[in-house]
Amino acid sequence: MTPIVKVENLTKHFPIKKNALARRKAGNVKAVDGISFEIAPGETLGMVGESGCGKTTAGRTIIKLYEPTGGKIYFEGEDITEISPSAMRSYRSKMQIIFQDPFASLNPRHTIGRIIAAPFEIQNITPEGGVKRAVQTLMERVGLNPEHYNRFPHEFSGGQRQRIGIARSIALKPKFIVADEPVSALDVSIQAQIINLLDDLQTEFGMSFLFIAHDLSVVQHISDRVAVMYLGKIMEIAPTTDLYAAPHHPYTKALLSAVPVPDPQTERTRERILLHGDLPSPMNPPTGCVFNTRCWKAQDRCRIDEPELLQIGASSVACHFPE
Amino acid sequence: MTRLLDINDLHVTFPTEDGNVKAVDGLSLTLDAGETVAIVGESGSGKTVTSLSVLGLHNKKRTRLTGEILVHSERGVVDVVSCDDEELRKLRGSAVAMIFQDPMSSLHPYYSIGNQLSEAYRVVTKASKKDALKRCVEMLDLVGIPEPQKRVKEYPHQFSGGMRQRVMIAMAIINNPRILIADEPTTALDVTVQAQILSLLKELQREFNMGILLITHDLGVVAEVADRVNVMYAGKVVERGTVDDIYYRPLAPYTMGLLSSIPSVYGKGTGRLSAIPGQPPSLISLPEGCSFASRCSFASQVVGASCATDAPQLIEDEPGHSARCHLALADRRTAGAKFAAKGGTA
Repeated sequence: MTPIVKVENLTKHFPIKKNALARRKAGNVKAVDGISFEIAPGETLGMVGESGCGKTTAGRTIIKLYEPTGGKIYFEGEDITEISPSAMRSYRSKMQIIFQDPFASLNPRHTIGRIIAAPFEIQNITPEGGVKRAVQTLMERVGLNPEHYNRFPHEFSGGQRQRIGIARSIALKPKFIVADEPVSALDVSIQAQIINLLDDLQTEFGMSFLFIAHDLSVVQHISDRVAVMYLGKIMEIAPTTDLYAAPHHPYTKALLSAVPVPDPQTERTRERILLHGDLPSPMNPPTGCVFNTRCWKAQDRCRIDEPELLQIGASSVACHFPE
Repeated sequence: MTRLLDINDLHVTFPTEDGNVKAVDGLSLTLDAGETVAIVGESGSGKTVTSLSVLGLHNKKRTRLTGEILVHSERGVVDVVSCDDEELRKLRGSAVAMIFQDPMSSLHPYYSIGNQLSEAYRVVTKASKKDALKRCVEMLDLVGIPEPQKRVKEYPHQFSGGMRQRVMIAMAIINNPRILIADEPTTALDVTVQAQILSLLKELQREFNMGILLITHDLGVVAEVADRVNVMYAGKVVERGTVDDIYYRPLAPYTMGLLSSIPSVYGKGTGRLSAIPGQPPSLISLPEGCSFASRCSFASQVVGASCATDAPQLIEDEPGHSARCHLALADRRTAGAKFAAKGGTA
């Protein structure tokens, strides 16, 4: 089966200018630095990592909101890396994004009817029964009252706004959705509502998700496979059950052990790996394995050789000394 | 046990054009030396407003504050609600200190770390600049900042998020306060850094026997560090007990709902999350009865009282374990067992 999305050695570097006027480049932020993976139809790939690891940039580059610096992006087997923004438009009906911040991603001066209808307008599509009816059906589907068609975003709570964003993204029945931290701005009880909604929509329409989050428990709940990113690179990519039961990469292990568990007895008994220090700057990443500055297993080889992503069982791991 | 803090029947109301916002509605709690008491709740439940009241940080012109907040300091007992500004100033820093949520915006970008830290010290102790700077270096070392001699001269932008939060902690404990209020101390941080900061807080608490009032929305963090827990909803405490009571024997339907709506890394992973339907009520027009009634799945099973019209009281159902609910205790026990955290399934 052709994967919905396939990326090969994708990189995205942002140039840094020395000052506001000079054109000269002072360096590059290597936000995404050579990542490769596939997403099958109907599959959810979770992408986790700490802030600054490049997960949002990866998501945006894959649907070409950012122009990639290098590598290849294939959508349903076709190479879309080089095609122009106007040619990209016809692909946009098949790929959508749900943004992180439900407060900043909706135009405050548009009614929600107009916001949700925007995909129809841009793609010049008149759905059966008219735009208004289609929008109201969508609103009902995501759990909003269709009578609120003419209201403005400020009249809705965070959870409801995220539902508006979701309605907009599923309007054209896309095959692939990038969900960029869709629940991180929401309270836990509302977060569960939105996760369930995304689950249901996937069962109903069979779309694929790239689910980006920093919350490992949310990712575990929703994903079929999970990719762990660190400083623009994939450290480990594995089926969800394997990754959480038997993490192979030291970083994955440390990340999992750092997550507080809502269970006091477990918290009292389990041993925790405390990583020292902070994330190094992506402008000047460490040589060799990017994780070597914080890794407790690091040896000389890790500071020189960059490990390749190698297969261990069902997992792929970029480490010289996997667990 | 040394008592450090008594809050009795605290009401905090903000008059607005649209009506009175009842942010905290009759809250009582206690804090002893060496223990961590958590206040958990979702946004708008009144947890941060409570923490600000303890330091007397509300604008008196725009806030109506009633009840008692008794701070037991070395100089005796002071009621923060009724005392004057001068007395409050003496409490701040030396008796009660606070770590704020956002380490990015709580430090002044124009002043060096040493400058800001020593100001906090000199306001209270009147020490000389030289002594204060020495103290700052000691404190930075204590909170685990490498090369404190050099870092003390640097500015906030040269520190990462986790390091800034360490500076905030150093600033809070520089005057040896007995009460430390930590308002979402790790919410803005990544998990690996969060683990570092939580273990630092626990270490400092053991060393100085501080009482920590922890404000958070993260039930995982609470399970890790708290001894006793207050669950807040719409300005009221709906359940209170030891951390084990809350996670293994929850008695309030809201707590049960919260526990079951969090996905856990050690959970089954698949299957639907049991979300709480609806949204919290507006604090301007709180419902007449129980604030949680419209979202509660047990409201229909209540006999002899009406959730829609009678507000339930916080009743001590078991020693040290109270809940605010009309439903019969036996029914809540059975329901609670179903929602409880699994316990050592890792």
